[in-house]
Amino acid sequence: MTAPRSPMAAPRSFLWSRRIFLTLLTGFVLLPVYVMVSSSLKPLQDVSGEFRWLPSGLTIRPYIDIWSTVPLAKYFVNSLIVAGAATVCSVVIAIFAAYGVSRYRFHGKRLFTVTVLSTQMFPGILFLLPLFLIYVNIGNATGIALFGSRAGLILTYLTFSLPFSIWMLIGYFESVPRDLDEAAMVDGCGPLGALFRVVVPAAVPGIVAVAVYAFMTAWGEVLFASVMTNDTTRTLAVGLQGYATQNDVYWNQVMAASLVVSVPVVAGFLLLQRYLVAGLTAGAVK
Amino acid sequence: MTVTAEPAVGKRALPGATGPTPRRRTGRVRRVALPYLLLLPALLLELLVHLVPMVIGIVMSFKELTQFYIRDWGAAPWAGFDNYSLSVDFDAPVGEALLHSFFVTCAFTVLSVGLCWLLGTTAAVYMQESFRGRGFLRAVFLVPYALPVYAAVITWAFMFQRDNGLVNHVLHDQLGLTDSPSFWLIGDNSFVALLVVSVWKGWPFAFLIVMAGLQNIPRELYEAASIDGAGMLQQLRRVTLPSLRPVNQVLVLVLFLWTFNDFNTPYVLFGKAAPEAADLISIHIYQSSFVTWNFGTGSAMSVLLLLFLLVVTGVYLALTSRGRSAADA
Repeated sequence: MTAPRSPMAAPRSFLWSRRIFLTLLTGFVLLPVYVMVSSSLKPLQDVSGEFRWLPSGLTIRPYIDIWSTVPLAKYFVNSLIVAGAATVCSVVIAIFAAYGVSRYRFHGKRLFTVTVLSTQMFPGILFLLPLFLIYVNIGNATGIALFGSRAGLILTYLTFSLPFSIWMLIGYFESVPRDLDEAAMVDGCGPLGALFRVVVPAAVPGIVAVAVYAFMTAWGEVLFASVMTNDTTRTLAVGLQGYATQNDVYWNQVMAASLVVSVPVVAGFLLLQRYLVAGLTAGAVK
Repeated sequence: MTVTAEPAVGKRALPGATGPTPRRRTGRVRRVALPYLLLLPALLLELLVHLVPMVIGIVMSFKELTQFYIRDWGAAPWAGFDNYSLSVDFDAPVGEALLHSFFVTCAFTVLSVGLCWLLGTTAAVYMQESFRGRGFLRAVFLVPYALPVYAAVITWAFMFQRDNGLVNHVLHDQLGLTDSPSFWLIGDNSFVALLVVSVWKGWPFAFLIVMAGLQNIPRELYEAASIDGAGMLQQLRRVTLPSLRPVNQVLVLVLFLWTFNDFNTPYVLFGKAAPEAADLISIHIYQSSFVTWNFGTGSAMSVLLLLFLLVVTGVYLALTSRGRSAADA
């Protein structure tokens, strides 16, 4: 942790204002988490009537019923496959690209980085419409069903995970001393040998962070998932809304399902937040 | 965000360049080609997922692309600038609705970015000095950032339910602030609901970035300031905020772009058709394209949105970088 900010002792008024502000903010942040957890353990009459802070009785029934009300397990598997594949693809491709950018000087380098970065600012809807039409037309012309398939969704998820992965990995690779991989090459490694024997091992925390981040964004993506999936390939992002289309919304089940789909990413994030935060902030602070 | 320039590359001789070897020529060809080979997979994919769709999107915006031509969009008749003139004819229903959505998005973005920045900065400044429980709080504050958008927003949607939600229970039943339970997800209140959710979800990012920025401020600056007799508030004004300027410059731009383009929050909160008061532009374009199946107009609106974002970003970067160089001088 950092050194104390000010050599002077903080005045009491500062301590009190800090206490009040941070308490209120913690309440604001945790309110939905409390609602999610407590409602997921409530019997149905508790969530369909007036809101209650405390459940009238605890039940794990919602956690059993979520799997049959909608095919949650199927959505879970779909999300896992799509987010996993998109993560692996973007990290592998980004490793090569980031190594090229961080270690070599070549024509078009600036153009490449600027293009990759600027695609980050484009609204997703701009790519959604054309990709939708491209997939439909490829399907009509060749019979390859990209639209509605997991492969099509994986490809579209690269629109946001790839630029981000390249950008973050460039930062990580530049923090690996150049002397290390040059020494490896003097010792007889080729450039790829140096990449995989020296640079990649040295940047493992960064690569893990990029992978977690790519997975998180793919896991939480709604826009493409809502257009590009069908009954068999639906991901959690769309599938969860299935609970709301029932005649009566079983809010306790909705909350239980939300919690179940959140646990993997929140756990991963909190475990690896140190690396993630370092990577996220490096670009902005430099 | 910024990628730092790489001045030193190439000045140093690349390994293998020393001393003649029999494989020298192929070695040089390889060396020149190597960076491009490394980039090739990324280039191909960028082409596939970004450049080609963008070009097609622009072409689409000049076509009369209604539901009859979805299966074979090449056969759709050319529309010239019709889609654009339809989108910007603010007296006609389509243009009027787009303009309304644009203003809603602007107001929403300004408020959301402002509040996210304020909360994030205040929390980061309060937590600059270490105290007991700081690490724990930091993890707690990252929870909204880590939760999948749809899970978090669905929970908010539950809290905003008229009859069984927490918000009305507190405001109406417990505090008695409203005469009757309010609707939050339809009508004018929906703007407030959307803003609350957006700030809840967005401020931890500002917190993260500002915290990282604070760690880079040299301690000596505060020591010097306190020797000169500056109190905490003056240190904040004279040391902390000026030192954060470059960080804030990037942070505000990124928050702006994310908030302006946000689709997930309104879509999960309201469904396919957002209430008029909270009709953000990306939902509006989605609605214009996939609900009414008019892709030509939808594409024209997307292109207009992109142009607007490019202009704003360009002006912003020009203004802030001039401000920065003036401050340096």
